[in-house]
Amino acid sequence: MSHDAPAAAPSIDWSRTLKDAVITGLIATAILGPFIGLVTVQDMEHRLILQTRWPLFLALLAILVVGRLLLQIFVWGRPAKPKRAPLALPPSVERIAAPFFIGLLFVFPISVLFALGPQGSIKWIDNYGIQILIYIMLGWGLNIVVGLAGLLDLGYVAFYAVGAYSYALLAKTFGLSFWVLLPLAGILASFWGIILGFPVLRLRGDYLAIVTLAFGEIIRLILINWVDFTSGYAGISGIPRPTLFGIPFNASDNGFAATFGLEFSPIHRTIFLYYLILALALLTAFVTTKLRRLPIGRAWEALREDEIACRSLGINTTTTKLTAFATGAMFAGFAGSFFAARQGFISPESFTFMESANILAIVVLGGMGSLWGVVIAAVALVGGFELMREMDFLKLIFGTDFDPTQYRTLLFGAAMVGIMLWKPRGLISTREPTAFLKERKAVSGSLVTEGHG
Amino acid sequence: MEVFLQQLINGITLGSIYGLIAIGYTMVFGIIGMVNFAHGDVFMVSAFIAVITFLIVTTWLGIGSIALALFICLIAAMVLTSIWNWTIERVAYRPLRGSFRLAPLISAIGMSIFLSNFVQVAQGPRNKPVTPMLTDVITLIRSDIYSVTISYKQIMIWAVTAVLLMGFWYLVQKTPLGRAQRACEQDRKMASLLGIDVDRTISLTFVMGAALAAVAGVMYMVYYGVVSFSDGFTPGVKAFTAAVLGGIGSLPGAVIGGLLIGLIEVFWSAYFTIDYKDVAAFSILVVVLIFMPQGILGKPEVEKV
Repeated sequence: MSHDAPAAAPSIDWSRTLKDAVITGLIATAILGPFIGLVTVQDMEHRLILQTRWPLFLALLAILVVGRLLLQIFVWGRPAKPKRAPLALPPSVERIAAPFFIGLLFVFPISVLFALGPQGSIKWIDNYGIQILIYIMLGWGLNIVVGLAGLLDLGYVAFYAVGAYSYALLAKTFGLSFWVLLPLAGILASFWGIILGFPVLRLRGDYLAIVTLAFGEIIRLILINWVDFTSGYAGISGIPRPTLFGIPFNASDNGFAATFGLEFSPIHRTIFLYYLILALALLTAFVTTKLRRLPIGRAWEALREDEIACRSLGINTTTTKLTAFATGAMFAGFAGSFFAARQGFISPESFTFMESANILAIVVLGGMGSLWGVVIAAVALVGGFELMREMDFLKLIFGTDFDPTQYRTLLFGAAMVGIMLWKPRGLISTREPTAFLKERKAVSGSLVTEGHG
Repeated sequence: MEVFLQQLINGITLGSIYGLIAIGYTMVFGIIGMVNFAHGDVFMVSAFIAVITFLIVTTWLGIGSIALALFICLIAAMVLTSIWNWTIERVAYRPLRGSFRLAPLISAIGMSIFLSNFVQVAQGPRNKPVTPMLTDVITLIRSDIYSVTISYKQIMIWAVTAVLLMGFWYLVQKTPLGRAQRACEQDRKMASLLGIDVDRTISLTFVMGAALAAVAGVMYMVYYGVVSFSDGFTPGVKAFTAAVLGGIGSLPGAVIGGLLIGLIEVFWSAYFTIDYKDVAAFSILVVVLIFMPQGILGKPEVEKV
């Protein structure tokens, strides 16, 4: 097709463009015809029947054909622009941006509380603040494994599940407090990381990804089927809530509100949970940035760029990979125990492959190895969809039964493909050297494609 | 003994379906060294195409003969699924050739998520049951406690799989297209120097893989009689296991691996517990990849700098 052809030709080859549009139309008909033009529904007698949706199909077809035609004429026909280096925040901006951003996160719940009052602000702090921060933390944790060490882990959610179930089961069975179990959940998760990682880390690239996927699924299936231990699909409810070092958030006499002489309100716990996950997420970021400067962090990045070169320089690839795996798993364990404590209820439904894929999408979209990228991607993907639910005007455009959450995963998938085509290194990619002699020089590798290692 | 025979029959049927999907994985891995993560969902798409064509043929066109209806289904599913996979390769994988190592895999994962959710949004999240067909059975061993039977649909699945695999074998071994495909598998750069259109060959590999997955899709619809948008993931992983078990890159290996996985799954469900049958399949994947990554018929992978 013409975008593969040399793009220098100034005039447009009309017959070719039209032919291309016709072919696009035919292919789109073959692909969309059965799925959009026709729909299978069950009638009153539960028999499957076909219904037609030709207007929708024709609209989509027209969008595709006209869209491609316009792209042909206005975008692909033009000479290609020279390749630019991927976007990286200049160091001066980065120096101001981090404290500014952290400060913003600290004042967010208080300002929302003043603006909307205790009733209206719960939704904002819980659905937006806490939810996004959980994903930021998971993204940062997975970023250690995928972004720094270059190991594609498709079963990351298994460690999240280990953390959540460790907290839920230990807290319910032995009545241990959240503050004892939080580090314990992290340790257990990283322990699982080592157990699962040890045999599989000899594998490379694609194989590693598939095996981690299989492990993730095995853990989920065991959670479903081992009913005596995990109560299966029904899940575990009534998980004890975290306390402020022994002070519970309830209406009792020794509760938070009574102790500090405040009027009881559920918003206290929400704000407490917000600061808790904020602290955990910042801990993850802090540890990641510190580790990057240590020999182990440098070994991770070297491993990502070229495993064979790493081995020939005497880096023990097994231990290096294993530490990345275990560190990433530990943060997933922390996040998991927080998740269990926040929800008060967990079930295997929360730990499906889709969840792993969502976290992976956040890391990949943001730019593998970039902390800022993860923040931007998490805010855009998690916050964006929460926001879409609020937008009533979308209902006016697409009809009253329009539910944006339906399209959430669809867009996740499309975005993963799109970002790989457009910017394989993610929105913000930092392949700049963290170790340098006198001055930081852009790596030529960030401008050209990478060789196969 | 009767139970064993019956499970053998069921296992071979299931194994044929896995084997057909596994060929798609193994061919794509052989030629571009990529795990086509979306292949399981391509299989699911083909099963939906089969359901839709079957409904068109039986309710709109009023064709009463099940055999003819299934034949039309098979052809339609093979053609349309091939177009799907051709487009997917064109859009999501071809621009990434020469990109960094994990890029095509991540793109394929995205494509897999996209496909299953596209079908969910377009066709609805409910299961799609089809009228049971070819339900007659032949009783092989009659006994008071347990009769061993083979149903017409099982016979049909065996026959269609065998015939198509033979045709496919001929295509790969004897035709210029197959020769080009095998040449690209051995050395892509050399093949292109010798005048083989590598991009076209890779496209055709995806088309062949999709056509076989479509056969599996039609068989799946006939055998289980119900299709759902989430049906791509687990059979996909199991077929990938089959491809790895047989030795990735090897076509007979994929079929043998598929049959083995089908048999293991069926026997596991019959003699142990049905709850853990997927765990068994996933564990095999892990164990095989760790202890014999070259599989039964594969060649050990040589790492080159």
